[in-house]
Amino acid sequence: MIDETYNVWLVIVLLGLGTYLVRFSFLGLLGRRALPEWVLRHLRYTPVAVMPGLVAPLVLWPAATDGATDPARLAAALVTLGVGLKTRNVLLSILLGGLTLYLGLYIGG
Amino acid sequence: MTIASKKAAYVRGIRDGAPFLLVVLPFGVLFGVVGAEAGLDLAQVMGFSVLVIAGASQFTALQLMSEHAPTVIVLLTSLAVNLRMAMYSASLTPHLGKLPLWQRAIAAYFLVDQTYLVSATEFERRPTMPLPDRFAYFMGAVTPVCPFWYVGTYLGAGVGASIPDGLAIDFALPLTFIAMIAPALRSAAHVLAALVSVAVALALAFLPYSLGLLCAAAAAMAAGAQMELWLERRRRKEGAA
Repeated sequence: MIDETYNVWLVIVLLGLGTYLVRFSFLGLLGRRALPEWVLRHLRYTPVAVMPGLVAPLVLWPAATDGATDPARLAAALVTLGVGLKTRNVLLSILLGGLTLYLGLYIGG
Repeated sequence: MTIASKKAAYVRGIRDGAPFLLVVLPFGVLFGVVGAEAGLDLAQVMGFSVLVIAGASQFTALQLMSEHAPTVIVLLTSLAVNLRMAMYSASLTPHLGKLPLWQRAIAAYFLVDQTYLVSATEFERRPTMPLPDRFAYFMGAVTPVCPFWYVGTYLGAGVGASIPDGLAIDFALPLTFIAMIAPALRSAAHVLAALVSVAVALALAFLPYSLGLLCAAAAAMAAGAQMELWLERRRRKEGAA
């Protein structure tokens, strides 16, 4: 439970404002400036640099199991990755991964 | 002619963003449920999803407030989770940087993981796309994603605590991200970057404020860029020989 002492709207507004500034940073303030080649070369890798690192702890140490590695979730992640690599079909990989997860949770009781 | 190509780009954006609807919606529901369970009222839950519009940091803020963390820590930590968006912003600047300010202001508001990934991939694949088409494509990708974040949150706040734990809805986020990563592994450099990201993020997971993730991202970007340079040099040498 969130107790009464918080000014929740203060958190919402400041977090919203801060997040917007982060998103607006380069697009808004440095918009018309050309970026040098070495910067572009690094930025090419931003998606594959951020998302795997964001996901890995969630897969290995899910909060839903208090951080204990869960075979069902691990299997679901591997199936999603495998199907994604094989077919490049985002929706199909999520579906088969989700199916694996439910199957694993069912088998694991 | 240009209106037709703009419309086509918008439709293509919708099509490419559409798969994420099936994940954004339940994830929004989950946030609504968790927020309502934590004691927020409907306006506050919706306030988070409309003003912050960033799932991971919204969950972080809820979690920390439930743990009675000081407001400053709640803000710093939740904001740190969103620092990756500065990289998204920088990454899209070569493609969208010449748009009028009001369009860049709108694009910045809707710059979330899914819209970024979809449009960065598209802009990289079609470097000659006209500027207005790029904005149309981006807004196309936004259409099946962001509105459904609000809708999901609203539904979840209404449903409240009646969703059973057995649905394991928590794992929708990791599965989505993995499904997005796989098609982005286009070259050996991309694969190396992903592996470095995982290794460093796990090794530095003990660091507070998501600092481990930021280090992992920086190391992975450097690894990908260096690998690309190395592959280029090798190709050139082979060409010369």
